[in-house]
Amino acid sequence: MPAAATAPSSAADQAAPPLLQVDRLTVRFGPHEVLRDIAIDVAAGETLVILGESGCGKTVLLKSMIGLVRPSGGDVRFEGRSLGRLGDRQLAHLRTRYGFVFQGAALFDSASIADNIAFPLREHTRLSEAEIRPIVESLVDEVGLPRSALAKKPVEVSGGMRKRAGLARALALDPQLILYDEPTTGLDPIMSDVINELILRVRRRPGVTSVVVTHDMHTARKVADRIVMLYPVARLRQDDPQIVFDGTPDRLASSRDPRVRQFVEGRAGSRIDELREEQGLAAAGGRDDGDDTEDSR
Amino acid sequence: MPAPAATAVSPPGIAGWLADRVADLGELAIGWVASIGDVVLFALRTLGWIVARRQRREVLLPSFYQIGVMSLPVVALTGLFIGMVLAVQSYAQFKSLGLETRLGSVINLSLVRELGPVLAATMLAGRVGSAMAAELGTMRVTEQIDALESMGANPIYYLVVPRFLGCLVLIPSLTVMADFMGVLGGYLYSHLVLGIDYHHYWENSRAYVDAFDFLMGISKSFFFGAAIALVSCHHGFHCAPGAEGVGRAATNAFVHSFVLILVLDLFLGIGLNHLHDFIHPDGPRRLL
Repeated sequence: MPAAATAPSSAADQAAPPLLQVDRLTVRFGPHEVLRDIAIDVAAGETLVILGESGCGKTVLLKSMIGLVRPSGGDVRFEGRSLGRLGDRQLAHLRTRYGFVFQGAALFDSASIADNIAFPLREHTRLSEAEIRPIVESLVDEVGLPRSALAKKPVEVSGGMRKRAGLARALALDPQLILYDEPTTGLDPIMSDVINELILRVRRRPGVTSVVVTHDMHTARKVADRIVMLYPVARLRQDDPQIVFDGTPDRLASSRDPRVRQFVEGRAGSRIDELREEQGLAAAGGRDDGDDTEDSR
Repeated sequence: MPAPAATAVSPPGIAGWLADRVADLGELAIGWVASIGDVVLFALRTLGWIVARRQRREVLLPSFYQIGVMSLPVVALTGLFIGMVLAVQSYAQFKSLGLETRLGSVINLSLVRELGPVLAATMLAGRVGSAMAAELGTMRVTEQIDALESMGANPIYYLVVPRFLGCLVLIPSLTVMADFMGVLGGYLYSHLVLGIDYHHYWENSRAYVDAFDFLMGISKSFFFGAAIALVSCHHGFHCAPGAEGVGRAATNAFVHSFVLILVLDLFLGIGLNHLHDFIHPDGPRRLL
């Protein structure tokens, strides 16, 4: 049963069980630790923005939330059910309650825009083609796509149209939780704002919870009820938490943490020197013992 | 808290060098075993989905068209030339023994038992297998496979099963076409260029080639088709990021399919010869 709470989370309403819980999540790829001990609760109805610089593990965290990336440690729970303990069929069924908007839209190249949007309906419902058609049309209207785009292949439309078609596909099954991976990356400022407006409109659907991964501060300020900022594990000290900020957009603006301030203000600061230093160390490590040659982004 | 990674320290000198080489070999062996296990699990999941859920016509037909119809010209051409090349290569030896009228037997026997199935499968591993690995690899890199999973659809059911069934059904059919074109090519070259008499050519072919030989070749092609589909789809599914990853997946799909075709050909050949001797205990022995 969907959670009843629709208001954004705050310290006061912690009594309501969260829709999604990320509990001490750690993800490693070989020797690389990408996520370390991440703990986030996402309340029903809230819009959570996950911020962070490129390579800090935002997308990996988002994919862990839907079970596309398996955790090396910790757990992700949807309405209290651990994703790791679900069988393939149960997980597939649970995913019908999610919508995922991919960074590059991830539309199927071989299918038309209409077939892409209709895919979840054909897969998970018994609706006839005559019933699916008006649903697809209402979805393209909702995301502002022209109906003439329906017959086109994804390669025949612009990046902004692909993103909107990806959003329409994600909305097809009326999901409870929508995950957006860098929704405005690669778009012009006007189209970026169109996408932001669409995220806000989708948020107004009853019972919709959103998690938006971005490094775009404008998007974060515009759509977030709450912001979590991640920092790359490679640049953390042993005991530092990876989440360097968790709070409202207003509190983010007044944060005194230099790492948060640097990101919010978009300053390179000493980062360029750090990058040079890291490159130098990696090269020296490569000459000495060959163990530290794989480098970080 | 994760324990700090243990650092293996090798003893100095030649013993250390040897220990390192043994460790490298061990790592290689573990990698191979893990890869084989991974392909086997992938194959089992594919077989499981064939049984678990019926394929939709609109998903199946495009794969069948790509694998079967689009491969027809190239397979026919391959078969035709195999037949003609066999005639060219065998004629001199047979003529020196005065057996040129028996050319039909050697051409058709080698063709239906061995060269037709193996060369058709090799051609299809290049044309179909590499294309499947590149297509699925691109889908992996552009997150289309993740998108399928995120919508609660199974990528093996949607992407692998249609290609597997297409290869399983159509590669044997294409082998029949390669055999037919090879028989035709061999006869046309022998008769029109080398002047072998029509009657003797076909009489000798009929005397030495039986239905078992033809079925042996076709039955091998079922295994070749399954191997090409599974190896190529597996490479596509586990494609590394970027254009380089897709290119490598396509190349490895062909190389590994080709090696597997040769290995399967050897063991299936031995097995089927045993079967022949079992079915025809009084006939000419196929095994020593």
